[in-house]
Amino acid sequence: MAKKPRVKVPKTAAKGDMINIKTLVSHKMETGNRKGKDGKKVPRMILNNFKVTFNGAAVFGADMHPAVSANPYIAFFMKAEKSGTFNFTWTDDSGKTMSTSADMAVS
Amino acid sequence: MMKKQLNAAIVLLGAGLLLAACSDGGMTTTSSSAPADDTTTGANGTSDNPDAWSGYKTAIATTQAMNDDEFENPGMPYVDQAAGIWDEPAGASGLSCASCHGAVDDAAGGALRIPMKGVGATFPRLDADSGKPINVELQINKCRVGQQYASPFKYESDEMLGMTGLVRKQSNGMPVISTAGDPEDELHTAWQAGKEFYYQRRGKLDMACKHCHEDNAANIIRAETLSQGQSNGFPTYRFKWQKPGSLHRRFRGCNKNIRSTPYGYGSDEYLNLETYLAWRGRGLQVAAPAVRK
Repeated sequence: MAKKPRVKVPKTAAKGDMINIKTLVSHKMETGNRKGKDGKKVPRMILNNFKVTFNGAAVFGADMHPAVSANPYIAFFMKAEKSGTFNFTWTDDSGKTMSTSADMAVS
Repeated sequence: MMKKQLNAAIVLLGAGLLLAACSDGGMTTTSSSAPADDTTTGANGTSDNPDAWSGYKTAIATTQAMNDDEFENPGMPYVDQAAGIWDEPAGASGLSCASCHGAVDDAAGGALRIPMKGVGATFPRLDADSGKPINVELQINKCRVGQQYASPFKYESDEMLGMTGLVRKQSNGMPVISTAGDPEDELHTAWQAGKEFYYQRRGKLDMACKHCHEDNAANIIRAETLSQGQSNGFPTYRFKWQKPGSLHRRFRGCNKNIRSTPYGYGSDEYLNLETYLAWRGRGLQVAAPAVRK
């Protein structure tokens, strides 16, 4: 049972509303600068990319670097224009992705 | 006398390694008394134990906000993960937690009629089988081994931290209940041992728990505010750890800071201390998973 990414999207919104979307994902975000018990550097393993699409079109994205904390929390605003589905995707250094989706109805 | 010792300790700690870890607080207060009363947060003790206050009070505002917002709270993904495990059958019995206890927030408490709400506020309890105190972590493993015939969770594993958080969270806002200080109480022997531990000087720095958390709670130690060392928010997500940690991990950290050999996770010494701490923090609201510096 892995830890699921958490997203908070309003289920409904009025057309033209400014909505706040919050995301929280669990990841150790190993910087690559830390030394392990054997004195060798622990290889870097961070989420380096975050992408959000709405009905297939990109609405938000971020490149992440080693200074981002473990379990990164990212929030952003957007204007609600129409109903649809958000897809959230995080990619880590090994190319593995985590994703989740959420629906929003605009009236 | 005490000031002198602390100063000596500070000199010894040139690198500042220890004290950073000794405090749960932020940098908002410089007063030497307990922080101002704030009844809205539930971080104060009740009439029974009015001087108790939770480390929440000395955390900076942004940390408090993170603590309060269930979504932003970085301990919550662990709790969510545990909520998934709650429903998953485990071990040879094919039972899940939910098979006996029902949904974790079920007020009726499932088939066993033991609702999880309120449970977290009453631990540690006396384990009738061993005659020793048992905390939430060990009770979870007792269930896993004894009822589910599954492998126990490792004490400091994500699963264990999440499950402890999930169980404790059901009691959020309820006062910690402990009557172990009463000589008639079944946990009184453990309480006594825990109290002795609390006041026993140990380690190279020759300090007891009380030197920071009783005599100097809310005082600044280098850049940090000392807390009362209350246990109501555990398991706690600490930014320093970048993950939640158990109360026993915190004990081990404190013990290492005063250059004393830490005891093991779930050891008798720490269970006794946990029993005593629950009593010291009786009346404080359970707030798990808490977020601290």
